[in-house]
Amino acid sequence: MTASPASTAFKTDETYTPEGNYNFKNSPEGVRRLPFPFPDDDYMYSMNLEPHVPAGDGALKAAFDVDEHYVSECAHRAQMLRDMPGVHYLALPHMMEAQWDLLELIFESYARDFPEHFTLTKDGNEWRWQNRLLNIDDSFTFGDPSTLPMDPMKYATRQAQGEFVVLEEKDNTLVIGAGMTTQRADYSLKFNVGMSFFEFHGPVPKLHDMGILDRALKFLLRMKPGHPVRRVNWSLTVNPRLETSVETLHEWAPDRTTVTSENAGEKVYLRIELQPLHRLPRSNAIVFPVRTYLVSLSELVQYAPNWAKRIHRALASLDPELVDYKGFHRYHAAAVEWLSHHDDGAPLATGYPWASGGIQPTGE
Amino acid sequence: MSEAQHGALQLQVKRIEAVTPEINRYTLCAVDGSWLPAFSGGSHLTVLIPVGEETKRNAYSLMSSPYDTSEYQIAVRRVDDGKRGSVAMHSSVREGDVLLAGIPANLFPVSKHARHHLFIAGGVGITPVFAQLEELSLKGSSFELHLAVRGPEHAALGYELKDRYGDRVTLYGHDGQSRLNTLDILAGRPLGTHAYVCGPTRMIDDVVASAHGLGWSDSNIHFERFDDLGSTGDPFSVTLARSGAVIEVSPEQSLLEAVEEAGHTLPYLCRGGACGECETEVLELEGTIDHRDDWLSESDRCTNKLILPCVSRATCTKLVINA
Repeated sequence: MTASPASTAFKTDETYTPEGNYNFKNSPEGVRRLPFPFPDDDYMYSMNLEPHVPAGDGALKAAFDVDEHYVSECAHRAQMLRDMPGVHYLALPHMMEAQWDLLELIFESYARDFPEHFTLTKDGNEWRWQNRLLNIDDSFTFGDPSTLPMDPMKYATRQAQGEFVVLEEKDNTLVIGAGMTTQRADYSLKFNVGMSFFEFHGPVPKLHDMGILDRALKFLLRMKPGHPVRRVNWSLTVNPRLETSVETLHEWAPDRTTVTSENAGEKVYLRIELQPLHRLPRSNAIVFPVRTYLVSLSELVQYAPNWAKRIHRALASLDPELVDYKGFHRYHAAAVEWLSHHDDGAPLATGYPWASGGIQPTGE
Repeated sequence: MSEAQHGALQLQVKRIEAVTPEINRYTLCAVDGSWLPAFSGGSHLTVLIPVGEETKRNAYSLMSSPYDTSEYQIAVRRVDDGKRGSVAMHSSVREGDVLLAGIPANLFPVSKHARHHLFIAGGVGITPVFAQLEELSLKGSSFELHLAVRGPEHAALGYELKDRYGDRVTLYGHDGQSRLNTLDILAGRPLGTHAYVCGPTRMIDDVVASAHGLGWSDSNIHFERFDDLGSTGDPFSVTLARSGAVIEVSPEQSLLEAVEEAGHTLPYLCRGGACGECETEVLELEGTIDHRDDWLSESDRCTNKLILPCVSRATCTKLVINA
């Protein structure tokens, strides 16, 4: 199988930084394949976990999605790691087994789902990895870190879209043991490493009262190898900036004041997070990938008008506590006002776009 | 890697060895000769065993090396008064047969933070320890094993481990006299020691009580709880009120799966009893509901007015749900 349409043109010159003038945009097909995260007009924070099985022809067709931004995102990751060493990638010493598990999972998935771009050849523990999109052809010994130029997790995730947090199971909870997070949405990896499930979810409002965390943890602890689950989450970001970590807050937070109801369409990006969780077989760890997609409100209006109407309604009715937690209270009203001019109030389908009968980007 | 068919592995029985009067060891490989999914020490394999018209799902610990996935090994103790799965494994399964099994899962992993690993096992409880010791041995970790058996004829697996690991293995009962004393084994251990116990319930209770008495904390005491029932159990039937359809739920499927198989749909999301999406109203019930979800509150459960079809079952003569 191949999970990307034959016509995918990989963009190599995109940037996700102000220095590069945020030279980033989506193709119409790129927008319509997104895992749009609003099944209803009213947004409710929920534990929307479902089995991670292939669905539809878009971003949920592959185990780990690769899209038109693959090459530029990998370049961005390399740049972030170079600019701020020790901030975006961390792995505690006892996570080495999990690192190899993750490398195997990513490479096997990519090679299976995108054979035109990736090939993994195994002769026992002697592996050869070919990545034609990044011109990489390496041989190494699985399980022997000295045969790779860097940590196995770092090596694999530098060639992968999305960020990866690896959780260790310990004392009936999950603890952050490693992370590759050059696309962090407003948190610090260095601060969070070693924290348990309840600790790193501490800032999320309402979760504790709703009992969601207890149930989610029990569910995750029961996860088994070979049976991944996924959920989608979202936020808003000003400009197509992938790296919005706590460490660089001073660089990007002031952008929030630049949004007006005139420029919100160009300035405000929906940040979709696709999270396909896997139990890893040797380490018994759980990997929590966050695959981030950026799409501007005006791209939604242009290429996916139904989704633009839906996000207008979901944002307009959003609980103020969530507006605050997600960090866009300064420009929430401007975004809603801008979107209101593109919503005729027509009834919309309910359900995620990849579910049968769910909301499609265009059409009735 | 061997492709899972509907989440099941197809395994061929390559070799059967009798290791004690009651225990057979089975060596299994992928039917197509490919590599099997990787696993970690302490993992179990759920084997689907045909027993007449029925299929039993028995979980057996993997005892082969986690670093060699060309084959799996399990040990099966014949339990004559059990649910007949182990009897079928002993009397019906032959070399060359093909068995279906789930993907290995681990409810008994070794700690990654222990300075010293102390294993206490009894009888067939030794099986997960085989794979755990292999894993620790290859990593160069510090460990010891105390194994109790009922007599010399039951000691074969213990002797195998003694051959591999020498003084790190202590046997009890193989000579007809020595006895394993958990208090002696657990006393005076330095901080950073983790204890693992696998054996009869009495042995587990004894080790946990002794460890608590000596001031051990729970995070350093490990034992396997085979409470991972999933959604399988005794068969029952359910009536869907809106269509009047009567659906039989077999032991191997969940209520949700049975309803789907019969061509009806119910809402669902996680299929694991956590998200609440499939919560359905119970209209009539003669019997009891076996609530297995994490969603309903204790008071919800007691009223028996709601059920989560993705995991919960019923022991009943009548069950009507609002679907």
